[in-house]
Amino acid sequence: MSSFLLGITIFIALLTAAAMYRVAVGKTIFDRVIASGLVGTNGFILLTLIGFIFGRINMFVDIALAYALLNFVVVIVLGKYFDRGRERQP
Amino acid sequence: MTLVQIILAVILMLGGAFFLTVSALGLLRLPDFYARTHAVGKSETLGTILTLFGLAVYNGWGLSTFKILFIIFFVLIASPTATHAIARAALRTGLEPWTRKKQTGEDTKDKKS
Repeated sequence: MSSFLLGITIFIALLTAAAMYRVAVGKTIFDRVIASGLVGTNGFILLTLIGFIFGRINMFVDIALAYALLNFVVVIVLGKYFDRGRERQP
Repeated sequence: MTLVQIILAVILMLGGAFFLTVSALGLLRLPDFYARTHAVGKSETLGTILTLFGLAVYNGWGLSTFKILFIIFFVLIASPTATHAIARAALRTGLEPWTRKKQTGEDTKDKKS
């Protein structure tokens, strides 16, 4: 079971690296924001899996919870910041 | 932990890894911002929920399981809300949706602008 957890961890890390490509070359700024949200979500899944691999889930689940809250706040604030709907109105 | 618990956890985590793969492929391959939002906003939520629920089943009863279930409940509310906020900001900014006619350049006589 430990090797299965390690394999899932490496697989999700490769998916996160693939999402970093969209952060780097995204056409608009909203593509980058969506891709960085995906990277953050994969980040706290990876933190929970690493906690099970190390056997310290009591510590790592709190860090994953803080990452989930911060990821939501960052995406909402960037969405409000790049919203230019008021400037389009004449 | 029993054998049934381990088998259920493996099945749930493989399903979660499948949906996270769908999300990453949709983010890389789809042609438009709104199509990428469609791919990410649902597959990401379901993949996260399945993977974390598999880990909660693998952990058994305990305080960490309740914290993982709280993360699942928070993701179930927050992730579609964040995706909806970004898509609404893009639409208000004036990003045009992708269509096949505009992409190939044919049939340009009925375009207003």
